[in-house]
Amino acid sequence: MQSLEPLTILIAEDCAADRMLLSHIVRRQGHEVLTAAHGADAVDTFRQQRPHLVLMDAMMPVMDGFEAARQIKLLAGETLVPIIFLTSLSESEALARCLEAGGDDFLAKPYNPVILAAKIKAMDRLRRLQATVLQQRDLIARHHEYLLNEQRVAKAVFDKVAHSGCLSAPNIRYLQSPYALFNGDLLLAAFNPAGDMHVLLGDFTGHGLPAAVGAMPLAEVFYGMTAKGYGLPETLREMNAKLKRILPVDMFCCATLLCLSFQRRSVEVWNGGMPDGYLHAIATGERKPLTSRHLPLGVLSPQTFDDRTEVFPMAVGDRVFLLSDGVIDTCDGDEQLFGVERLRQVFVANRQPDTLLEEIEQALRDFGGDARDDVSMVEVSLLEAAQLSPPALVYSDSGQSCPLDWSASFEFRAATLKRFNPLPYLLQLLLEVHGLRAQSGALYSVLSELYSNALEHGVLGLDSSLKRDASGFARYYLQRNERLDALQDGYVRVHLQVTPEGKGGCLTVRVEDSGKGFDVARALERPLDGVRLSGRGVSLVRQLGRNASWSDEGRSARVEFFWEALA
Amino acid sequence: MTVTAELSRDGKQLTISVKGRFDFAKHLEFRKSYERKDGKMPKSVVVDLKDATYLDSSALGMLLLLRDHSGGDRSDIRVVNSSSDVRKILAISNFDKLFDIS
Repeated sequence: MQSLEPLTILIAEDCAADRMLLSHIVRRQGHEVLTAAHGADAVDTFRQQRPHLVLMDAMMPVMDGFEAARQIKLLAGETLVPIIFLTSLSESEALARCLEAGGDDFLAKPYNPVILAAKIKAMDRLRRLQATVLQQRDLIARHHEYLLNEQRVAKAVFDKVAHSGCLSAPNIRYLQSPYALFNGDLLLAAFNPAGDMHVLLGDFTGHGLPAAVGAMPLAEVFYGMTAKGYGLPETLREMNAKLKRILPVDMFCCATLLCLSFQRRSVEVWNGGMPDGYLHAIATGERKPLTSRHLPLGVLSPQTFDDRTEVFPMAVGDRVFLLSDGVIDTCDGDEQLFGVERLRQVFVANRQPDTLLEEIEQALRDFGGDARDDVSMVEVSLLEAAQLSPPALVYSDSGQSCPLDWSASFEFRAATLKRFNPLPYLLQLLLEVHGLRAQSGALYSVLSELYSNALEHGVLGLDSSLKRDASGFARYYLQRNERLDALQDGYVRVHLQVTPEGKGGCLTVRVEDSGKGFDVARALERPLDGVRLSGRGVSLVRQLGRNASWSDEGRSARVEFFWEALA
Repeated sequence: MTVTAELSRDGKQLTISVKGRFDFAKHLEFRKSYERKDGKMPKSVVVDLKDATYLDSSALGMLLLLRDHSGGDRSDIRVVNSSSDVRKILAISNFDKLFDIS
């Protein structure tokens, strides 16, 4: 800053001799000089040539220095154009007037070149400082504008992705702060081919775009695998492996995944790192916490990841409520957290289940918390299966290569049964047959029912009557996990046969297992539409498929699907 | 200094203490506390949270970075003196499966 860059300096002075003297001094200091003989002249010159600094006589004809200073400051706007008043005035009141009119300093006549040079230098420093501040302010404003725009675009793209699922289904209610995604919150829902609903509420570490980047790959896995009929464990393993692979070590995603089965009236839950969710039984009013039992997604290696889920029975009308930590971590003015206890009080006070989310939102507002941008809540209720209509799948192939006369047999042995879910592959194979596509939901439901019967009651020897009440239900799934872990031998065989019949065709599915079988006659005696928790499998198969029959003392199940000529 | 690191006399144990809110603002300090010039890492690390009032998810991320830096699954990291609030946060995330928490 020592070597002053030459400035353009306007000298407004009505006395020609003074003007020349001053011009001479200023020029000798290396600056360029513009001159004006009165205030109006000065304003004109300023307008045309925009000098950096003005030396202004106070008393001038036509327009005095005070008025000229005001007008020049107005013209300069945000830019600092320092005005130094030249004055022989000495009363303090007059000097104060100079500053009030917008002057930045004054210089007493007669002129002292050393003081003048020092003042010009000081004013130039101020001028540059102001310019830098303005420039930085504009830069920040521009960056902010860019950032908001990027977020708008990213949000628009992501909203499309998130809403390609079934968040608008009649049994889902949710509340999310508008930019929750940019605080890492993610809410997804989709139907699987059997009409079960998968829901994910996730919360990535961190804030802003870095927290949002993991959302796309996670959503991709979620939708892709749900649509193909994969269960929660396989989907979770894939999500975890993918996030572990792409995210930096210190980033991960807390998540709760649900699979709501309307046909089995149950919910399967995996919670890794999210606050307790709640399963609300409407009949008893009980709220069962769905507690985090796992590390978040993206922390553990695929080898050590734990995909074990819990299964709970549900009655029609029961609800599952999930929330992100933004809800309970909302702070009031004194840094007090909203907390789980206050949330419980809202639960207790709630009379109308349908207004719960709004009541929690209101409670957060009443709590005086800063409105946080990472508040997400979702409530999913169990409806009668018939009340929901999963969207039909859209196929893009021509149908010319559709296989119509074939059979295939599979045998899945112990080591495979432990970890592998063959249903998505079988379903994909069968959906190559165009005639079966219209009933893909029923087909998948029947296949998964027969497969899980063969595995759980056959190979693992689990007693389905355990599932008669809620506590037995939990025991059943505990035993299932234990026995599956310990499984050494056993098999499930699936035989598929597709034959053309007239212009349509027929699929025969046979599923056999290595288990002890069951009392077929007694199972078939039960009414078709019981609301019991156990034994629903058999009646479901009989309702959805045709000519269902069991042989070999229950170890072999057979069911058919027909289709007519395609339009 | 809100993050301090102290090496035991035999050089085998590093104790990192965090004061106040343990959140993203401590990122650099925390990393500096265990990244040593010689690139060597003491056998065991103790993270002392006696004076930590709060812990957010980015702090959990920092603990994961520390774990990764000191050998991942072979690391020996103890998190000690955590308050009940802090312990709740560690419990929800099930970090006791990765760290020895007391």
